[in-house]
Amino acid sequence: MSSQDMKDIKLNDELQLEIGERDGIRDKLKKMCRQNHLAAISAIVILIIILMAVFAPVIAPYGETEAILIDRLQGPSMKHLLGTDELGRDLFSRMLYGSRLSIAIGILPSLISLVIGVAAGLTAGYFGGKIDYVIMRIADVMLSIPSLLLAMVVMYTLGTSTVNLFVALSMTGWSSVARVVRSQTLSIKESEYVEAARSIGVSRFKIMTRHILPNCIPSLIVLFTLNVPSAILSESSLSFLGIGVRVPQASWGLIVNQGRQFLFTQPWLCMAPCVAIMIVVLAFNFLGDGLRDVLDPYMQR
Amino acid sequence: MTNDKNVLLSAEHLYKSYDTGKKDKQIHAVSDVSLEIYKGETLALVGESGCGKSTLGRTLIHMLPASSGSIYYDGKDIASMTDKEFRPYRRKMQMIFQDPYASLDPRMTVRDIIAEPIETYKLCKSREETTEMVLRLMDAVGIPGEFLQRYPHQFSGGQRQRIGIARAIALSPELIICDEPVSALDVSVQSQVLNLLKDIQKIYDLTYLFIGHDLSVINFVADRVCVMFLGFVCEISKKEELYESPLHPYTEFLLDAIPLADPHRRKRERKVLTGEIPSPVDLPKGCAFCTRCPYATEECRTTRPELHSIGDRQVACHHPLQN
Repeated sequence: MSSQDMKDIKLNDELQLEIGERDGIRDKLKKMCRQNHLAAISAIVILIIILMAVFAPVIAPYGETEAILIDRLQGPSMKHLLGTDELGRDLFSRMLYGSRLSIAIGILPSLISLVIGVAAGLTAGYFGGKIDYVIMRIADVMLSIPSLLLAMVVMYTLGTSTVNLFVALSMTGWSSVARVVRSQTLSIKESEYVEAARSIGVSRFKIMTRHILPNCIPSLIVLFTLNVPSAILSESSLSFLGIGVRVPQASWGLIVNQGRQFLFTQPWLCMAPCVAIMIVVLAFNFLGDGLRDVLDPYMQR
Repeated sequence: MTNDKNVLLSAEHLYKSYDTGKKDKQIHAVSDVSLEIYKGETLALVGESGCGKSTLGRTLIHMLPASSGSIYYDGKDIASMTDKEFRPYRRKMQMIFQDPYASLDPRMTVRDIIAEPIETYKLCKSREETTEMVLRLMDAVGIPGEFLQRYPHQFSGGQRQRIGIARAIALSPELIICDEPVSALDVSVQSQVLNLLKDIQKIYDLTYLFIGHDLSVINFVADRVCVMFLGFVCEISKKEELYESPLHPYTEFLLDAIPLADPHRRKRERKVLTGEIPSPVDLPKGCAFCTRCPYATEECRTTRPELHSIGDRQVACHHPLQN
């Protein structure tokens, strides 16, 4: 059509003001904090924990492996905020150092498995046929092996190191993400708005990233918030079996396992890391809820 | 409009069938369809649900691959083209969908929905320019510009369909397939959208293939009408002639089924079809309509009628009605 057919509309300041720009991600976060105080608090809590993990050497009053045998198995006091373990190591300091690994293990493998799972699920669901069959059978095999066992095998073959721990945990998480994304892709790709995009001539990649993926976001947020705690807990199980983090290095899961034998006499050794894990898990859940609401166009205005 | 008979798109012996998953069993959705769409006209495609109207529409614009037969657009066979070869033609043929609630991505703003075709073909250089073009398109279909950043669920059905129309005309296409664009709308809104379609047809010099089942809607928009039954074309006529004197018995029954607004005129005896619709998997050997047609003869049951011309009309019937 020629442009003279249409009224000449220019995007002037006045109209711009009337329309407003679409909320950027910063506006959305601000809005979330205003509407959902729980999510705002959770975001702050997560931020504080991450900062504490990063600056652990600065904050911690004692070293990670600094043992003061005279002070062993003490209760919480001003000298040792959360008490000490059987070797006289300051629990608060060890918690701070342990948070570095636990937080990283909670978030990074979950993110990696999310990325792999989304890519695999979108490809399988959108293209279907043989590609779908191959990808989903691999995912099925992954799902059929108990995740802990798979992680153990990976750790044994690749050797015990923090990087391999990340690899092991990422390998177990992606298949469930892929399943969910594939099923959503299958239903969304039949919708009329995807057909409309195809009739315009939008490329397959753009259809997947601009139409199908955004409509998967609510389930992805839920999956992510469920994956974070399970990764933290898997790490503690692996550490307990002796193939995760090695003592004297600290992680929350490891501290729980070490404190287990003093559960009845010195319960704070177990309680402190458990409470910390609980706070992180809850914070991620609330933040996930808040994010999901604010990203949902139906919740606007 | 139809006086200058420039053929924009034509189909010759077009077939489209779907696999049922069973061996040697196929659903014949479109069978032996030959038709021509002239530049600037509105060709309506009528028929009951499941008769292959939408499939034919989608096959004609390369959204579905044809099983056999050829489709010519401006003289070039597009049926045999690969998706890549077809790409330059894609933007000349756009589509308006039936369900305005399903055809707009719920997570995109109106701006992004209408801008999608513009961005896909990089028609505008900058973001601002794109937004200005979106605003002009919104103005053309009667959506206020201040709704630019709203989401589809904040609009009514009629407004959503207007957004769908804006998206379809964004690429300045030559042909638009309207797949029952008003059947999901309230009757009061239908006429507004139909008027809009007529207006933009004049302004942008568009050709429509209008798929529908509501004969009063068809009567309002169409220049010529193509009646389909079970994947076959029954009759192609100018609208006035078709409504006045149907040639194919099926058309006669369709016209008779139009409800009348005046209750005093309803007393007349109605022609009611008997018999079953044949399965699209096992098509009858003769005419597809022979199981239901009151005028069917032995010839109808054994030989399939070809589409042939009577004057400037076309009909596929051994015994066309004479009025």
